[in-house]
Amino acid sequence: MATTTERPATPAPGRDPRDRRLGRERPVGGGELWLWLFMRVSGLLLLVLAMGHLVVMHLFETGAERIDFGFVATRWTSPFWRTWDWMLLMLALVHGINGLRNITLDYVKYPGARLVINVTTYVIGFVLMVLGTVVVVSFDPTKWGPVG
Amino acid sequence: MAVRSRKSTSDYGSLYKGHPGQWSWVFHRITGVAVILFLFMHVVDTALVGWGPEAYDKVVRAYANPIVHLLELGLVIAVWYHSVNGTKITLIDFFPRLTTRITALSIGSLVVFLLGAIPITVIMLGQTIDLWRA
Repeated sequence: MATTTERPATPAPGRDPRDRRLGRERPVGGGELWLWLFMRVSGLLLLVLAMGHLVVMHLFETGAERIDFGFVATRWTSPFWRTWDWMLLMLALVHGINGLRNITLDYVKYPGARLVINVTTYVIGFVLMVLGTVVVVSFDPTKWGPVG
Repeated sequence: MAVRSRKSTSDYGSLYKGHPGQWSWVFHRITGVAVILFLFMHVVDTALVGWGPEAYDKVVRAYANPIVHLLELGLVIAVWYHSVNGTKITLIDFFPRLTTRITALSIGSLVVFLLGAIPITVIMLGQTIDLWRA
């Protein structure tokens, strides 16, 4: 649908029809703009981190069925995979929790309910970040015998 | 906009009467919520490695089941869809001129999605059948 004016035929909903800027709405500034940018940048990183994780863990060989304690113990002898998994953990949780926040702000009308839902997801996210970080950093399989 | 005397059936088919992009928006939300809910569980089950082989192996053995494996296929497809559509959104937002090429971009992202989804489905259905026979 090529146009010579480089302008969509109809402006985005809620936008001033005199506004001739192209593209979708985005936050004008402050924390919301940083979150908007974070969602896109982390999304591109997660495309690599999450899809790479899924291909290696779920598509290769017999998939997730080959994963057991020994598999993780061997895999996490590599600082590369520990770093990969930790980045995936943190980026996916922040990206996902902020996505849930966007949805809450769209559909939950009452400020009190919004607060309760958002704070609940922040707490879950924080607890999982701490739990995941502690395990990824401190995991030592030799406590349960030799690795390999 | 014309006022209708009664609702036609099409009024119930879709929440939004706009661009096909509305559908990709709906799927983006559904797949996003599904993936984050799975992630909540997955961080906990993976963290069990910190409690030793007995605890970890007991829990991950639950994944070695053909029904769970089909859910896993759904998860991988959901992440893939969310990735491709998210990339499309990011491209449009970082390069607003692409809004004039929205149709081409939408078809392109659908093709990329299918190019990934088909081999994923073939591989994971094969794994599911192997599990079923085992």
